[in-house]
Amino acid sequence: MKVLMFGWEFPPMKSGGLGTACYDLCKGLSGLGNKITFVVPKLPKDMNSDVAEMMGANQYFKLEPIESPLRGYMSTTSYSVTIEILEHDNSVMKENYGKNLFAEIARYAKAASSIVKRSDFEVIHAHDWMTYEAAGIAKKLTGKPFIAHIHATEFDRTGGNPNHEISHREFLGLKDADMIIANSHFTKENVIKHYEIDADKIKVVHWGIDQDNPHYEDKIESPFVDEKTVLFLGRVTLQKGPDYFVKVAQEVTKHVPNVKFVFAGSGDMLPKVIDEVNTSDMADKFVFTGFLRGKEVHHAFQMADLYVMPSVSEPFGLVALESMRNGTPVLMSKQSGVSEVVTHAYKVDFWNIEDMTNKIVAHLEYPALSEEIQKNAHRESKKFTLEEPAQKCMDHYKEALQW
Amino acid sequence: MVKVCFYFQVHQPHRMKHYSLFDIGKDHGYFDDDKNKEIALKVARKCYLPGNKLMLDLLEKHPEFKIAYSISGTALEQFEKYTPEVIESFKKLVDTGRVEILSETYYHSLSFLFSKEEFVEQVRMHKRKVKELFGVTPLVFRNTELIYNNELASFIEGLGYKGIIAEGFERILGWRNANFVYEPIGTNHIKLLLKNYKLSDDIAFRFSDKGWAEWPLTSEKFTKWISEVNGSGECVNLFMDYETIGEHQWEDTGIFEFLRALPEQVLAHPDNSFATPSELVDTHEPNDKVDCHHFMSWADMERDLSAWMGNSMQDSALADLYKIEQEIKQSGDAQLIEDWRGLTTSDHFYYMCTKWFADGDVHKYFNPYDTPYESYINFMNILKDLRLRVKNVATSEGNLISSKVKTL
Repeated sequence: MKVLMFGWEFPPMKSGGLGTACYDLCKGLSGLGNKITFVVPKLPKDMNSDVAEMMGANQYFKLEPIESPLRGYMSTTSYSVTIEILEHDNSVMKENYGKNLFAEIARYAKAASSIVKRSDFEVIHAHDWMTYEAAGIAKKLTGKPFIAHIHATEFDRTGGNPNHEISHREFLGLKDADMIIANSHFTKENVIKHYEIDADKIKVVHWGIDQDNPHYEDKIESPFVDEKTVLFLGRVTLQKGPDYFVKVAQEVTKHVPNVKFVFAGSGDMLPKVIDEVNTSDMADKFVFTGFLRGKEVHHAFQMADLYVMPSVSEPFGLVALESMRNGTPVLMSKQSGVSEVVTHAYKVDFWNIEDMTNKIVAHLEYPALSEEIQKNAHRESKKFTLEEPAQKCMDHYKEALQW
Repeated sequence: MVKVCFYFQVHQPHRMKHYSLFDIGKDHGYFDDDKNKEIALKVARKCYLPGNKLMLDLLEKHPEFKIAYSISGTALEQFEKYTPEVIESFKKLVDTGRVEILSETYYHSLSFLFSKEEFVEQVRMHKRKVKELFGVTPLVFRNTELIYNNELASFIEGLGYKGIIAEGFERILGWRNANFVYEPIGTNHIKLLLKNYKLSDDIAFRFSDKGWAEWPLTSEKFTKWISEVNGSGECVNLFMDYETIGEHQWEDTGIFEFLRALPEQVLAHPDNSFATPSELVDTHEPNDKVDCHHFMSWADMERDLSAWMGNSMQDSALADLYKIEQEIKQSGDAQLIEDWRGLTTSDHFYYMCTKWFADGDVHKYFNPYDTPYESYINFMNILKDLRLRVKNVATSEGNLISSKVKTL
């Protein structure tokens, strides 16, 4: 099939899980013989970056960049900050950029229409709200089915305090779409709850991981001798529950003296977390690594005895699968998509500090438990491939063409 | 001449309550009375009471009809406590004289594998309980989950039993079939009854399976299969969980109607009849000797012990549990001993099973925990509390002795 896809920069560009999701889906789809025209906002300095290179020069993947400072997960504030930074960059056509996030999205969508007109495709597939407007125009121009992929709702991203303009646009996009692909039942339910979208229109495609990544086998050892390591890894924002991690750490240290908490990631809540760690006298128990990328992420997993994902709202939670694949079991919040598909993990409610402590302490204390869950989680992680979600997307494309 | 021998297993464990790290040293009540009550009442309503009524009707209607039950001590305790009418209905059945009660370990435990001493004590406890409630003394033994080997057979013979029950698995039968009475190798007089698992599972597992080529299973069809054993066997041993009736196979599957019609169908054939396990043992000479060196059970495809043992959590939990047996018993604290014994029930280790795949569906259905890891954590937390209690008993006795020494 021929797909026009509106997506986001591939890793290691700093676009978080969204970029990984796009890359993995493109890899899976092209592997199945689908032709993808991939439209992506890019800045000139990144123009020759890895995107095309990563996909390899092949007949199944065509890159169509549009110059724009848009980035996945952007907020109105972070857009303004980006524009300010670009103020002194002469390589960009900054005078063309929208004066705010929404103006830029509209400009981007318009710019995309020329690509739409000269491209050959059967379906339109767009990732998250910022691309929905462009996809909507493509639908209007061609009458081809518009499939809106939703990786997170505005309600997930903001811990339930949405920017109303963004949530409204998200709603309009989802409404305009002929079909919605959600990355979990958790996300599907959120879409139904917040936007009252017809459930039959929403398909669930759970995510997989690239099984071929060579770094899974690096087997990096923990530098902490005689100490167990419990890991937090993710954006340090309300959504990911970093404050719950600190609370749990405090409880765990009361029962297990020789434990280190490795805190990987950056985000708006990091200063608060550091402050809490210091005031609660746990500075010597914590290691802050800052933002990790590429193989560092895999190495952080490999060094840890347990990865804790206490997300308040995790639409999917791909990192949990990556952790398992790296041989590190996961304690995950039930408020996640990944907990729907994983069997061999500890599952907790993010607010239940007592339950989390109970499980973490047992994991650190009983080798019989940690060995068993480690072995089974590692084996289970191998069943989450890129081919399966790609195949499901294909099936849904065909279905959408019938509608 | 084919004798149909029904034995139904009745068991309910004392399920544990959610017991976290924070309960250790504070809360010494380990079992979830509310949940156990709820389940006992539910299964009584769906299975035990209507099942017993059906059996009583059949016994009254057909003087030739006979059946047997094995009821774990933990199940009997819960019936007495939560639903005594179940006990009354079993009494009525036993009083007909055509319902045999079998022997087993009181706590439905794996004790034979870990402590012969504890095993003997639990078998005796169960025997006393059965005598007290039903006025009969069991003479045929069935071990937890039909776990069996040569050593168990001769051990049980040593305890004075005349018969023992096991799975009729090809691994020990070879070219022979389960439809005869056998003799365990290395024994003198005890006889071995083997489950015809194909016909048993047709009822227990496949009865309501619409994807099964033989669905729907009628009593006529099933009787035909039983009658076909004539000429190549003397008995058809239909051994299954009693909860099959009404709980695993719901009432709307037609399981009650099937069983209601079955005795009449079976007896319509002049060569067929019914027998209890004791009667089979008394009236048949062993057809051959059966050698079963390795442990065998009636569970899963493998018929081995892997549902309860073998993964590192199960092995460590079992080892840690039996490690404190002597200490617990020497404490002389009746409550402590009872609590420890409550932990020996096989179900707790079954919940820790991680082989979800293939056989996994059954495991999942009967598991009160979301994951096997949670069941292990719960068990180990409780065990930790138990160990603290034993230690406290020991120290307070030590203090008592030393204070006595001082006063001397």
